[in-house]
Amino acid sequence: MSGVTMNKVIKKYGDVQVIHGIDLEIEDGEFCVFVGPSGCGKSTLLRMVAGLEETTGGSMSIGTRDVTHMDPAQRGVAMVFQTYALYPHMTVKENMGFGLKMNNHPKKEIEEKVAEASRILKLDDYLSRKPAALSGGQRQRVSIGRAIVRGPEVFLFDEPLSNLDAELRVEMRVEIARLHKEIGATMIYVTHDQVEAMTLADKIVVLRLGHIEQVGAPMDLYRDPDNKFVAGFIGSPAMNFIKGTAGDGAVEVPGLGQTIEIGIAPAYKGKSVDVGLRPEHLAIDPAGGDLRVDLVESLGGVSYAYLESPAGDRIVVEERGDDRVSEGQMVGLTFETQRVYLFDAETEMRIRT
Amino acid sequence: MHPALLGLMTIIVGVGGCVGYFYGANLFLDKVLFPAKGPNAGRNINRANIIRPWIFLFPALFALGLYLAYPVFATLRLSFLERLPGNEYAFVGFENYTKMFAEPKFVEAMKNNVLWLLVVPAASTALGLLVAQLTDRLKWGSIAKSIIFMPMAISFVGAAVIFKLVYEARPEDVAQIGVLNHLYLLFGGDSPQQWLTIPFWNNFFLMIVLIWIQTGFAMVILSAALRGIPEETVEAAVVDGANPFQIFFRIKIPQIMGTIVVVWTTITIATLKVFDIVFAMTNGQWETQVLANYMYDKLFRANDWGMGSAAAMIIMLLVTPILVWNVYNARKEMR
Repeated sequence: MSGVTMNKVIKKYGDVQVIHGIDLEIEDGEFCVFVGPSGCGKSTLLRMVAGLEETTGGSMSIGTRDVTHMDPAQRGVAMVFQTYALYPHMTVKENMGFGLKMNNHPKKEIEEKVAEASRILKLDDYLSRKPAALSGGQRQRVSIGRAIVRGPEVFLFDEPLSNLDAELRVEMRVEIARLHKEIGATMIYVTHDQVEAMTLADKIVVLRLGHIEQVGAPMDLYRDPDNKFVAGFIGSPAMNFIKGTAGDGAVEVPGLGQTIEIGIAPAYKGKSVDVGLRPEHLAIDPAGGDLRVDLVESLGGVSYAYLESPAGDRIVVEERGDDRVSEGQMVGLTFETQRVYLFDAETEMRIRT
Repeated sequence: MHPALLGLMTIIVGVGGCVGYFYGANLFLDKVLFPAKGPNAGRNINRANIIRPWIFLFPALFALGLYLAYPVFATLRLSFLERLPGNEYAFVGFENYTKMFAEPKFVEAMKNNVLWLLVVPAASTALGLLVAQLTDRLKWGSIAKSIIFMPMAISFVGAAVIFKLVYEARPEDVAQIGVLNHLYLLFGGDSPQQWLTIPFWNNFFLMIVLIWIQTGFAMVILSAALRGIPEETVEAAVVDGANPFQIFFRIKIPQIMGTIVVVWTTITIATLKVFDIVFAMTNGQWETQVLANYMYDKLFRANDWGMGSAAAMIIMLLVTPILVWNVYNARKEMR
């Protein structure tokens, strides 16, 4: 068991650089999630850990071993692919045992390990089937089983749930979390789904355009984002951003028709800032106001009200309880000042107060 | 009349006739036979739709029947008859077959055909697969592939002529225009060889021509199949620790097995029917006879229609099971 350390890791395709010097420390036994929009380099980074992509610059080590230029097979990693990547001509059992067979492990040991993995993943009934005869969820379980059997130091998951339907995705998510608890190995998991990231991770790495935007525990990222990108990416529905102007110990927000009394540094005076408010931290003031309810999405337990200000700002509000607004209503908004996030409109960096 | 004009007229009449047939027959069906009006409009439409496919299929079925099915049965009939002077025929039962099986030249042809069957499809498929795999990732791979594919565009007779020159032997004191003899002398051979007259081995010199042609075909199909293998399965195998050979033989080949079988059987059928190459290069002399050339010998040189037809039936008997298997596999691939 061992962690993964990246030191100024760079990836270039010809002249195009896609990963710009990543420094990252993943602890032994940690569940680390790479998250970010498509094209942010998260899959590339994972494939570099796997050894499927060459590392152009910097160094990478697993445990104490420098693996920067090592073959994938020697790195002690196992990978679960988005498309399962099962060998279609082999049975479930052969699929799971293939890695050990390639490394000349004795038959008996392979049998035992496959049996153990199939027990963990409840695949006993399907061992002699071919992948074509399995459902999507079962295929992904076999794919995970193939990784378990090899007993790797690091598990790599490349968007493993993206090809599953919503219901199965939740189920498999729980299963992967359980697996991590049971095996305790280091896991790196790539996803663009922030819900998966929040629910699974010990540590989230938010990536954008080949840079790390922020690293931290899920709730730390949620409560204390470093910049506008992370604030907007973590949390669902996404944080609302409304334009404002910094004043004397206050921010004027025309979109809300309010001035928020907040301890903003005098240096920002007169500068434009983005005011971030999470939908769940907003409450509707039914007494009235100049925000029009444009649309209401009712999910049962919660509703999302899409409000439009006279200035054209769009604000999403989460509503619970029995009294909910209806479309076309004119309402106001209330919130607690300590729930307000401020970002420099120019650099998009967080202004901590 | 000028031949070009004649050709043009043929095209106009032929194409016009086809269009006229389909249009007219369709119109007749809809307007006259089962008009979509009156008290039985619904029933008529249904009936017209049942008949319509057959109207459209009829020309193709008729042509296939006339030029494919009928000749098979006619040949079968001829193989049981003997031609007598004065355009008379006598039924002789299996005598043509028994006579043929007793003939050494036929036995030789059978043996050689088996040899061709074992060597050519295997060699072509293996070489095609090798080329397809080796050129897969190369920058100039597609150029290499087009060059290797080129022999496909040459007729068998043309290829035979090319290779006849390759195997050409000139007297010892003259410059060798045959590449093989030139190389042979270069590497210490004592005198130019008449390669095509060396029994047993000359079969292989003939086979090389067909392999040369069929490798391109195998390569193109297998190259496409290799491209169709999901990249992730290969990557998974890399992570699993398989070396390049294991990836090729345990991951890639099994996934394209269906295509390999189709290519193999297709070449097998072409091999069973091989005629032109042998005809143009040795004409079956020096123990290189094959079934198709034997049939041609009997049918058109000896004018023995009975035995010629019997030989044709034997070839068909050999090809049919492979053809059935080929079609079965090709269909499975398409699913």
